Amino acid sequence: MPTDLQTNSKYRYYFTGWWICWAAVHFYVVQSYGIHLRIALVDSLISNALLAGACLLIINNMRYYLPRKERYGYLLALSLVLSLLWIVLARFILWALHPGAQDYRILLAESTTLRFGLAFLMTGCVSAMSLLWFTLREQKQADEQKADLEKMAKEAELFKLRQQLQPHFLFNSLNSINALIGSSPTEARRMVHQLSDFLRGTLKKEEHQWVTLKEELEYLALYLEIEQVRFGNRLRTSIGCTPETQNIRIPALLLQPVLENAIKFGLYDTTEEALITLHAQQIANHLEITVSNPYDPATSRALKGTGFGLNAVQRRLFLLFGRKDLLNTTAGETIFKTILTIPIYAESDPH
Amino acid sequence: MPKVILIDDEPLARSIVREYLAAFPELEVVAECNDGFEGVKAIQQHQPDLLFLDIQMPRINGFEMLELLTNPPLVIFTTAFDEFAMKAFETHAIDYLLKPFSPERFARAIEKWKAAAQSTDSGTTAALLETASQSPQQRHRVVVRTGQKIRIIPVADIHYFEAADDFVKLHTADGVFLKNRTLTYFENLLDKGQFARCHRSYLINIQQITRIDHHEKDSYVAVLISGAVISVSRTGYVRLKEVLGL
Repeated sequence: MPTDLQTNSKYRYYFTGWWICWAAVHFYVVQSYGIHLRIALVDSLISNALLAGACLLIINNMRYYLPRKERYGYLLALSLVLSLLWIVLARFILWALHPGAQDYRILLAESTTLRFGLAFLMTGCVSAMSLLWFTLREQKQADEQKADLEKMAKEAELFKLRQQLQPHFLFNSLNSINALIGSSPTEARRMVHQLSDFLRGTLKKEEHQWVTLKEELEYLALYLEIEQVRFGNRLRTSIGCTPETQNIRIPALLLQPVLENAIKFGLYDTTEEALITLHAQQIANHLEITVSNPYDPATSRALKGTGFGLNAVQRRLFLLFGRKDLLNTTAGETIFKTILTIPIYAESDPH
Repeated sequence: MPKVILIDDEPLARSIVREYLAAFPELEVVAECNDGFEGVKAIQQHQPDLLFLDIQMPRINGFEMLELLTNPPLVIFTTAFDEFAMKAFETHAIDYLLKPFSPERFARAIEKWKAAAQSTDSGTTAALLETASQSPQQRHRVVVRTGQKIRIIPVADIHYFEAADDFVKLHTADGVFLKNRTLTYFENLLDKGQFARCHRSYLINIQQITRIDHHEKDSYVAVLISGAVISVSRTGYVRLKEVLGL
């Protein structure tokens, strides 16, 4: 992962290593012209220390000021100016340091253009590299930030979708309790407890997102008991699963909105008794949950798409599994079926 | 003695109203109904002075039921939560009770009803219905009554609306139905991309159009799948072309 040269020791070693190598080459070339080893060493060390300093200057500059596309000329100018400064300074120092070494002074004078050329090449390369480096880093940071934001938005949306407990249900249940208080206080008390357990289940499950199918069905049974009190004989329900599916883990509170939707349609689409069923079975490595309710094809068509319930479930499945084909509905003569397909993961949760 | 009818699909919700009504012996509960269908029958039979009406009910909602009545009685709505209804209530209803409600609140609603029953302003319920029917459910279907039979017609099944005096005729594959509304009401309510006002007297379902013919100078006719031929005015033609993207 790219970080600053100064903060990442690995890159600091590369930088230093490179300059040592380069200084060695410099030293070798200078001494090969018959220059005294000591002089060649001083030449190499001073020249390259100064040049390395210039490069660090460029890198630091780039860290705080990253030129945009239209300002690439700035890089060229920076490299040119630093190379010029460098050649003047290095030549002045080296010249002053060796007043007696005539052959070295000649070499120094003759190699000035070459030295400048090499320095310009070096600073230019460093500029280009650090530009690339810091641009990538900036982009990566932006990407990370974007991913973070998306993750947060996704979590917020999931939270909101789970929270979509219909206020209808709550207020109507309270109204039923209010009625029962007068006519049968024991029943009222029972319903208060059922409602509390149900609401507690909603809150508790926020923390750990996945529950076994068995737990979810127990929770649904609680929900259905409350609905049963509200609607009396008009509502009949049957929920169940095959034994091997009991311990399969599914996202918490996923089924309740589906069932709620089925009850709403079942009860509001007919004036007769409504039978709502839920059945779960394993098919290959998927858990298939089928919820059915009676409906009237003639009038329901007009209402399609207005039910919030299923859209939220679909959206949640997509956010959880990244698939859009996990919720399906089939409309028969008089029975409407909602089929959920949930991928089964091994013991550990997928996230 | 003033007559009261309770309409709610939850038995307990009716029983609490009945319980609270015990404090008002001057009111007599003549019927309790599970849904709007029973409601319409009971209202015709008893001609009540007051309705306690739930909004969310099987098949047809409370507003749709009221629409079917020629002379709707005064209504106290009882509902748990309904944003569209609430908007309507705030401007028009005598009163509405949000479930669960207290005996004191209930008593206040009865007082309000008494005051309203004294005055002869009958515009309240009609005005309420105009506002209430902005709900998504009612944008997708129209509930009509022919004799004793109540029909729920999805708007997609309506070929065209025709103005007829104080009524609107709904032309469908199953026949023609009457609704005591104006054409402008439906024009404003329904999806502009699906229904276009092609003439002063016609609101047409554009899905049903097979072709548009030139009729006379400056006038056109639309031919529907059903074979019906509908007049199209000059401005109507412009509007149709716009909707059809021509």
